[in-house]
Amino acid sequence: MASSADNRFDVIVIGAGPGGYTGAIRAAQLGLRVACVDAWRNEKGGPAPGGTCTNIGCIPSKALLHSSEHFENARRHFADHGIRIESIAIDVQKMLARKSTVVRQNNEGILYLFKKNRVSFFHGPARFEADANDVHRVSVAGAGESTVLAAPHVVVATGSVARPLPGLEFDETRVLSNDGALSIAAVPQRLGVVGAGVVGLELGSVWRRLGAEVTLLEMLPAFLPAADEQIAREAHKQLTRQGMKIELGISIESVDAGADALRVRYQDAAKKAQQLECDKLIVSIGRLPYTEGLNPQAVGLKLDARGFIEVDAACRTGVEGIWAIGDVVRGPMLAHKAEEEAVAVAESIAGQHGHVDLETIPWVIYTAPEIAWVGQTEQQLKAAGHAYRAGTFPFSANGRARAMGDTAGLVKCLADAQTDLVLGVHAVGPLASELIAEAVLAMAFQASSEDIARVCHAHPTLSEATREAALGVEGRALNI
Amino acid sequence: MVEVKVPQLSESVAEATLLQWKKKPGERVAADEILVEVETDKVVLEVPAPSGGTVAQIVKPDGSSVVSGELIAVIDPQGEAKAAAGRAPAVAAAPQQASVARAGAASGMQASAAAAAATASVPATAMPAAAKRMADAGLSASQVVGTGRDGRITKGDVLAALQSPAAVARPALPEVRSPVDTTSLSGRPEQRVPMSRLRQRVAERLVQSQSTAAILTTFNEVNMGPLIELRNRYKDRFEKEHGVKLGFMSFFVKAAVSALKKYPIVNASVDGAEIVYHGYFDIGIAVSSPRGLVVPILHDADQLSFAEIERRIADFGGRATQGRLTIEELTGGTFSISNGGVFGSMLSTPIINPPQSAILGVHATRDRPVVEDGQIVIRPVNYLALSYDHRIIDGREAVLSLVAIKEALEDPSRLLLEV
Repeated sequence: MASSADNRFDVIVIGAGPGGYTGAIRAAQLGLRVACVDAWRNEKGGPAPGGTCTNIGCIPSKALLHSSEHFENARRHFADHGIRIESIAIDVQKMLARKSTVVRQNNEGILYLFKKNRVSFFHGPARFEADANDVHRVSVAGAGESTVLAAPHVVVATGSVARPLPGLEFDETRVLSNDGALSIAAVPQRLGVVGAGVVGLELGSVWRRLGAEVTLLEMLPAFLPAADEQIAREAHKQLTRQGMKIELGISIESVDAGADALRVRYQDAAKKAQQLECDKLIVSIGRLPYTEGLNPQAVGLKLDARGFIEVDAACRTGVEGIWAIGDVVRGPMLAHKAEEEAVAVAESIAGQHGHVDLETIPWVIYTAPEIAWVGQTEQQLKAAGHAYRAGTFPFSANGRARAMGDTAGLVKCLADAQTDLVLGVHAVGPLASELIAEAVLAMAFQASSEDIARVCHAHPTLSEATREAALGVEGRALNI
Repeated sequence: MVEVKVPQLSESVAEATLLQWKKKPGERVAADEILVEVETDKVVLEVPAPSGGTVAQIVKPDGSSVVSGELIAVIDPQGEAKAAAGRAPAVAAAPQQASVARAGAASGMQASAAAAAATASVPATAMPAAAKRMADAGLSASQVVGTGRDGRITKGDVLAALQSPAAVARPALPEVRSPVDTTSLSGRPEQRVPMSRLRQRVAERLVQSQSTAAILTTFNEVNMGPLIELRNRYKDRFEKEHGVKLGFMSFFVKAAVSALKKYPIVNASVDGAEIVYHGYFDIGIAVSSPRGLVVPILHDADQLSFAEIERRIADFGGRATQGRLTIEELTGGTFSISNGGVFGSMLSTPIINPPQSAILGVHATRDRPVVEDGQIVIRPVNYLALSYDHRIIDGREAVLSLVAIKEALEDPSRLLLEV
């Protein structure tokens, strides 16, 4: 029975990561009474909302990528600009302290947004209790007793955790998930990375730039198979040129944590036995949905075989009034996907029509050069027998890129052969993460390549490369 | 509030399907403007708005099953048009500025993005490439159905409209569904396969052609002997010289062009009360593709060599099978040729591809007994058919142009000498 001591809300959001906090704020904007529960604690034991993204994911990794990129540019490229540096060193502690400050600013920012939007925030782990007659109940374990929240709608946004290698626990000192990889106290001499996906490439890049010898071991035979093949090839070339060693098609046999080094025994692509010795090992082989302590059985919530909460296309679970979004449900494990779902669910709860368009979700990898894409790849179109035309434009022919001294990479635009509808845009190069936004917007409006080509682009900018790639679809690029 | 109900269906029809709503809640509608179509298995009925105003509520969504007299929507006769609800209602509604919107409509495509997006009373906005194509082709927004976000006209919409000459906006076609196995009411197996979009469009155009033009067909026969002999004599050299096989289509095209030069009315089009004589010869070649019939165009066929014609036709055939013909290739045409002979047809009455006024049908060549100089001899004979629009082409021109084609084919030297 819901007691009068229960705090009554319209919506309870479990988790304050990008999905959770966005959904809570949107629901509050729509006039609902919202409670948001999050268990993350900072070093002082206080609340640290923002989830994996803010605390041990998107934000801190971008902070370290920027710091390390400055270091790399200072060491390798400043001389080209006539800048002479006598000596240069990296103070890892200072770099990490800056990262922590950035993280904390984001945590505080979210707490401020909750206050501004009158979202009631509860700090502690959430757990489903038995339903009362018409409401769901969620208890939050506080410092002393627990608080019980009640609402007809609950949105589960508990996210995901790093997947370990079977039999090898993360100790976050030598065997590192993204968490430990973002806080290595000193630059390791030899860094092994299992998994050459987004996380492995980004974190591997950080430490390589700071002086580590980095080797990535990837199980799949192809490099970045989800990306367009031409883009993946160019990225592989650039990263290898920077000194990242990438081995594909391997299979790990054992990892031995010796006193002096970690030894990874594996079979290479030719099935020959190999061994990698390293001082630290990052394991970035994917993420698993996280529902520990949630007690979903109390409300009859179903998890699938891999631990994801089952939902329909509108993020409804099988239980009336319970929704789930983000990494804990199916689909790309991207912060912005969680945010889209969060807004759609908040709007659905408020009686509007919420919709997530998975076709126009961009993917970004923050290596240097950056990699970004939206829509279908060339290999997907070929496999589907979908007639298309392609236009590509290299940054080496772009004035801004030349002035920046950052000319590696290209933009590719794929469009329907008959209607010229843009089907996919792919980029590897400087600031690709920002350039892709134009393509996402264009695709959301079902633009043709000619539409992109006919819109004015400022000069000189990198975005002109997108326009030239669009012109290239009809074979009429102006600058190549 | 005014109720919109399903019209009385015929007695034998129990249920009907609501096709696609043409208006969204909040959009303005005029009295008698068609709101939605209702499809029974016999006929598609239009449901006009019983009153002007704005659509207050859509009670039954697209695809619903409905019965006679069922309430399907509500119109507010006093309603003001609201900002069009987009696909993502997270977009904040633009402030209602009816006068700004009307000013925007008056200035046509110069309307700023804000005004254009504001209300549904403005004609559909065209995306940049679409706007250019429409301007190039002299199309107005009311002639193109916009399928983009919030009804925007995309480049694809304009290309599709250029392919079909219909001057009025056509309703959007229902989504193509996958085939469904059903058992009919009498328990006997049936399979309903919804038409592909291509087939629906083709069907529409053909019916339009037949109901607009006064189509008659005139016939003649051709002794293909001399042509066959010419081809046999030179086919190997031709292939070596030009890298493409010498077929009969290039001769049919050349013969047709020579006849069109002699009788220009057969190469003309009807436009309202005017006859448009074309000073060029764009010959459509009917090609069968797995999805239906398509007619790619040989532009300026009078200027193409035999080899070039054969090369392009082979290319059309190949790409039609893959569905890779471009819109430009399928657009236009002043005359068409349809070859039913490849499938073994003896004789047929081809249907005209609007806005063209005639089409030549060629068929299977067969050895047949014919009379020459009082003797019965065996010759390889092909029956030709010329379907023509009698609104502008009289029997005399039709017959004579077909005779000209026949004579050119029976004596190919005439093509060389242009007589």
